[in-house]
Amino acid sequence: MLLTIMTVLLQVTEGAASFSELGAAFAASFTAIGAAYGISRIGASAMEAIARQPEASGDIRSNMIVSAALIEGVSFFAVIVCALVLFV
Amino acid sequence: MPLPGKWIYYLILLVFCQIKIVSAQEVGYYEKHTPADEHVEEEFDAGKFVIEHVLDAYDWHIASLGDKHYSIPLPIILYSSKPELHNGKKFHVFMSSKFHHGHSDYKGFRISHTEKHNNKIVEVDQQGNELGRPVDLSLTKSVAGAIFASLVLLLVLFAAARTAKRNKGGAPKGIQNLIEPVIIFIRDEIAKPSIGPHYTKFMAPLLSLFFFILLNNLLGLVPIFPFGANVTGNISVTMVLALFTFFVTNVKGNANYWKEIFNPDVPTWLKIPVPLMPFLELTGLITKPFVLMVRLFANMLAGHLIITVFISLIFIFSNLMGATAGFAVSPVSVAFSVFIMLLDVLVSFIQAYVFTLLSAIYFGMATAEHH
Repeated sequence: MLLTIMTVLLQVTEGAASFSELGAAFAASFTAIGAAYGISRIGASAMEAIARQPEASGDIRSNMIVSAALIEGVSFFAVIVCALVLFV
Repeated sequence: MPLPGKWIYYLILLVFCQIKIVSAQEVGYYEKHTPADEHVEEEFDAGKFVIEHVLDAYDWHIASLGDKHYSIPLPIILYSSKPELHNGKKFHVFMSSKFHHGHSDYKGFRISHTEKHNNKIVEVDQQGNELGRPVDLSLTKSVAGAIFASLVLLLVLFAAARTAKRNKGGAPKGIQNLIEPVIIFIRDEIAKPSIGPHYTKFMAPLLSLFFFILLNNLLGLVPIFPFGANVTGNISVTMVLALFTFFVTNVKGNANYWKEIFNPDVPTWLKIPVPLMPFLELTGLITKPFVLMVRLFANMLAGHLIITVFISLIFIFSNLMGATAGFAVSPVSVAFSVFIMLLDVLVSFIQAYVFTLLSAIYFGMATAEHH
């Protein structure tokens, strides 16, 4: 329903913004949601693990940072693709 | 021969004494703005402002006070295959001040403002049509920033090595106190667990990668000359760093490594008649350094962009709702910028660590023995 309204609006305001820009903006925001969800799960399980075994907190912290950086890397791929759509 | 620490110091001093901050007036060209230009000056083009601050440039822009632009010219090195357009010479070296901030042509070259070659040097023929790009080997802002960071690294690391050599077995002194824990960290947490017993051969590329990436990330955050060049936010630079990892991995790959790629331990129907698994492994060979490149580039570029956008918020608001709105937004904007800058310091360390860690893991996979 929301999407039909938006597509109708887009047709009316022809030339102001095109479908490709709408798609790129949506894709970037969904990527942000996906990355935030993934990294929040890592953070939550890391907190739990530290609570169970506080002396392993150094190890757990390094692994958490590595996993978060890897997931962020994937999300940056999507951001780069959206930026390419918008500006190239 | 003694370690060249002092010589590097003198070299840095020598290089920087030669640099003159050139204002547009000194080179004999006054940036005169016509009334039409004056009106355009009033509008603050946020997109252009932000993009100019993170992209590469042919001179190092220091400040713009009203009409006058102060910048440090950098050498431009060009090789053209059409010498008839450029006074008969193929190889050109000159300072970027000859272009007068992109407003005039010089010897058949021009800084283009078209969409295709925006802000890059193009060749022009007699009528003024833009033909194409020559081979461009200029010392641009990113290159100058990388060279400066490398000089700082040489200075610091050689000093640390010299003190370490002098008091062998004693307590560390001076700059050694700063560098040695980092090197021990890379050896014990990154190299030894990932590579195994023969890690010493790979310490040189890992240490070089880590220190280069870390220092360039950090120096890119300080806005004052000679820091503040966006080196690692440039995809060419990160591509070269990823290529280092790629070449070291594949040159040092042993027979076991190549066997795992071309003849992995999978059911035969995945290998013959259509080599599915080898194809997958080969794409993995390319994507792993590619991901390294994009991760570092995107993280650094995003950080610099966000800081610049927060600062330019002040000017956007003052354009939109008058000067008082700009003043009101300033504390919020500056607070956000400081917060993001601190976050970016953390991200610099994390990205350098992750790049080095993943490179170490790839080196370890390349030289692993069959288990």
